[in-house]
Amino acid sequence: MRHQSLPSPMQEFWSHFLKNRLAVAGFGIVVGLLVVAISAPFLAPYDPTLQSLPDKRTKPGGKFLLGADEFGRDILSRLIYGTRVALLVGTISIAIALLFGMILGTVSGFFGGFVDNLIMRILDILLAFPYLLLAIAVVSAIGPGILNTTIAVGIWAIPGFARIIRASVITIKKADYIQAARAIGASDARIIFNHIIPNFISPVIVYSTLYMANAILIEAALSFLGLGVQPPTPSWGLMVSSGRDFLLSAPHIATLPGIAIMITVLGFNLLGDGLRDSLDPKLRNL
Amino acid sequence: MTGFIIKRLLLAIPTILGVIFIVMLTIELVPGDPAELMLGEHATKEAVQNVRTALGLDKPLLTRYLLYLKHLAKGDMGRSIRENRAVTKEISDVWPATLELTIAAMMIAILIGVSVGILSAVKPNSFFDNINRIVSLFGLSMPVFWIGLVLIVIFSFWLRLLPTGGTGSFKHLILPAFTLSLPSIAMISRMTRSSLLEVLKEDYVRTARAKGLSKKVVILRHALKNALIPIVTLSGLQMGQLMGGAILTETVFAWPGLGRLMVRAIFARDYILLQGAVLIFALAFVLINLIVDLSYSFLDPRVSYK
Repeated sequence: MRHQSLPSPMQEFWSHFLKNRLAVAGFGIVVGLLVVAISAPFLAPYDPTLQSLPDKRTKPGGKFLLGADEFGRDILSRLIYGTRVALLVGTISIAIALLFGMILGTVSGFFGGFVDNLIMRILDILLAFPYLLLAIAVVSAIGPGILNTTIAVGIWAIPGFARIIRASVITIKKADYIQAARAIGASDARIIFNHIIPNFISPVIVYSTLYMANAILIEAALSFLGLGVQPPTPSWGLMVSSGRDFLLSAPHIATLPGIAIMITVLGFNLLGDGLRDSLDPKLRNL
Repeated sequence: MTGFIIKRLLLAIPTILGVIFIVMLTIELVPGDPAELMLGEHATKEAVQNVRTALGLDKPLLTRYLLYLKHLAKGDMGRSIRENRAVTKEISDVWPATLELTIAAMMIAILIGVSVGILSAVKPNSFFDNINRIVSLFGLSMPVFWIGLVLIVIFSFWLRLLPTGGTGSFKHLILPAFTLSLPSIAMISRMTRSSLLEVLKEDYVRTARAKGLSKKVVILRHALKNALIPIVTLSGLQMGQLMGGAILTETVFAWPGLGRLMVRAIFARDYILLQGAVLIFALAFVLINLIVDLSYSFLDPRVSYK
């Protein structure tokens, strides 16, 4: 007689995740965006920076599927290349936030006491800045550009990551297996790297996905204000901004890139919500 | 209670001092000489030196910080470079416009968000609830500045109902306030729904229903009161979102507020004016969080502060 084996955590996660139609849709959008970003040169019908003044502000349809912008550049090609900018700024800024958030959150939560208090007070100060303001302040000082925008968005996201990780570390720290590890003489470093970090990976994955959605929105906002990615790089926020002057005669120039932003952000939001539900039912109402 | 208020006020002081320090620190990040950048290439050495002194760049950071605090205590935020006007004057000219916009947006967000949330929670997984959830997801995913432009195209250009921007009448307020409120409507309705659903599982709700009270009375008088704390917390946090969103909305609708002043200051490299504007935004947010914290004890007498 064969034993019926219990599903592994991974199998359990997948079966739960695949039942959630919205989450699967989000996953599909994100994978699609990745494919578009990677294969941009093969997908884009035109060079995204190629100007053709006779074609300026061409309406969608015909030669240019989604029309042309104020310099006669193909909007579809610019949207396709814009995927790279959005995903790149989003991913790298989240990586920055994750690195610093992990260091601050783990140190704070694990050691407690004075260090914890100090780090938490500094993070409180960063969180006292309303949404977008800290990123604007940083970028207005260090100047615009794709790299500086990424840094600014990354700095914005550090306090959130640090707090989430700290909260997880404090819960994990009390678990019996940490006591056990300590009892057999494991060092602090060993406990942190082998027992604590692997256990807060799932909330971190969930929050990274949800923060990715926000990071993309903030990059778009900074670029819209003219403080982020600079022309001629095709950033969606910048494209919306440059189309503003032709809102009456050629509304497609400003509105189409906004739809790209919306679909992308929606994809990450759906995926994040779905991952949260599947990875940790306790987090559902957060 | 009074003790708690005093303690909470005292706790806000280090945060405020820290916020001021960070605002000062941003100038430190400027590559090169901020004074030269502010005045441009053609400025005289003397003018640059004057600005450097005004910014305190000739002094160490800590001295400069203490000086800034000293001036701030006297209500002096320096003078703007371009207009050479007192920063406090520049800010006091524009902040009422931002206040009007954010309060209008907050009211719309709470009114629509809470009502939609209640309707969703009353019949979870109904058609209305599902529509609401999908609309909320879109609301959270649309960039505010883009919503504004789309509304301008629809309501100003196509339907010719509302002005494209500027101030002056109630009609001017409708589009910007609605644009700004949209993401918050989504957040508040989601939170109201989940918070109310949580409360509706409680025993006292069942008791209230069992003794024959109508569903309406139970939800509005018993359940909603108890579901309020997370909603209020979220609304407070949303004020931060609204302030950030105001920077974008004001830019889209040419709304003469603090956000536009700030963007103008950035492009003019007027760091003195910029510091003032950032500081006012941040201090307003600290104040709102303080008020939210204090309001808990009124909403829920079980919350007692020792």
